[in-house]
Amino acid sequence: MNMMTIFMNYYKYFLRGTRTTIVVALIVVVLGCCLGCIISLLRLSKFKPFSEFAKLYITIIRGTPMLVQLYIVYFQLDFLPYPKMTIWGMALERVMPCVIALSMNSAAYVAEIIRSGIQAVDSGQMEAARSCGMTYGQAMKLIILPQAIKNILPAIGNEFVTMVKETSILMYLGVADLMYNNNLVVTATYSPLYCYYISAIIYLILNIILGKGVSMFEVRMKKSDR
Amino acid sequence: MTDKDVLFEIKGLEKSFGNLKVLKGIDEKICKGEVVVVIGPSGSGKSTFIRCLNLLEQPTGGQIIFEGEDITAKGFDVNKHREKVGMVFQQFNLFNNLSVIDNLCVPLINVKKMGEAEAKEAAMKLLHRVGLEDKANAFPSQLSGGQKQRIAIVRAMAMGPDVMLFDEPTSALDPEMVGEVLQVIKELADEGTTMVVVTHEMGFAQKVGTRVLFMDQGYIMEQGDPKSIFENPQNERTKDFLSKVINVI
Repeated sequence: MNMMTIFMNYYKYFLRGTRTTIVVALIVVVLGCCLGCIISLLRLSKFKPFSEFAKLYITIIRGTPMLVQLYIVYFQLDFLPYPKMTIWGMALERVMPCVIALSMNSAAYVAEIIRSGIQAVDSGQMEAARSCGMTYGQAMKLIILPQAIKNILPAIGNEFVTMVKETSILMYLGVADLMYNNNLVVTATYSPLYCYYISAIIYLILNIILGKGVSMFEVRMKKSDR
Repeated sequence: MTDKDVLFEIKGLEKSFGNLKVLKGIDEKICKGEVVVVIGPSGSGKSTFIRCLNLLEQPTGGQIIFEGEDITAKGFDVNKHREKVGMVFQQFNLFNNLSVIDNLCVPLINVKKMGEAEAKEAAMKLLHRVGLEDKANAFPSQLSGGQKQRIAIVRAMAMGPDVMLFDEPTSALDPEMVGEVLQVIKELADEGTTMVVVTHEMGFAQKVGTRVLFMDQGYIMEQGDPKSIFENPQNERTKDFLSKVINVI
């Protein structure tokens, strides 16, 4: 069987898996960003316990493999009352620990991206804002963050792409994502190489679309600058 | 001079950065209507001194009384104080994400709680004053250094401050643009604006200053009216410094 016939015969598997991958990736990206914002604020806080906690969190997450984190979250949080439901073929009992683990992982990286973005804004901007009588919060909201977002967009886009790819570890918990379905097709056809090619192309298409989206957003941000 | 005219009363002001003692005890009074020019070699603490006046640097010792209130006291409302003290920086520090008009309007709307139309009108008036109303919708990156600094000056003036602080306002400018900025500052001085100016422009200090402070090694070494400082300095360090900056060749 060649690649085309495999895809034509089993495209339902691939598409179903792709749907799961997209849904999980979207949720993880959004949650990771929110959590990442909070952690970066903690990291920048002048209150020592906050910033130390954030530092420790980032160190641990960055220093351990994602797969290990996934299993730890899965087994550590098994007491949580996950709803025993299945949505679009995703058993929430298994998907939710994955979403938690991936979001926690993404948050650490996003936090560092946001922190560096904020710190890259010239310190004179904050001084000028405060000199006009703005509070720290006003200065952040009106002056610093709008400039920081421009700095961090490319790196955030990168993080999104990474997250889409990292969802492939979901299959280790038996979540029917693209890789999981890929393996089903491998078993059915005995053509692993073609199956992996198909999956690779699907991941590639997803990320090209995502990359285009991010760069469109970047261009729009630049316009407001000049 | 009555006590009512005193704007800043500085008593034993000290500032250290870690082990580095930059200000070692400054006693000074700045009165309404004065144009105080601060000169001195680099590293003498001039900038730190002026930055202490609006608490961009928190003093590590001594007191600063502003309009009868101790601004170094705990629980003092820094933001209210900064509304009354305009600051102009060496590096202009225009808000890069905002157009020229918004650079003026955003603080007016958010700090002074002005309406949008009212803020816009006030801003246009000020821009007209420095001849830059045609740049209202430009962004800072499209302006020359001199234009940026003139806008930075009117941005600070827009808040209606009681005193203006200038931290080396012309040091980052191309030589040909120094004049236009100094002209704006001179006009403000002529209108009776109280100001403290850190500068290396000795000609400006002589012409516009009502009083000159010479700082070195964290102290005010000598002070007096511009004529006596420039023509008849008493302190050895002042003489040495002036001989190096005036008639260099």
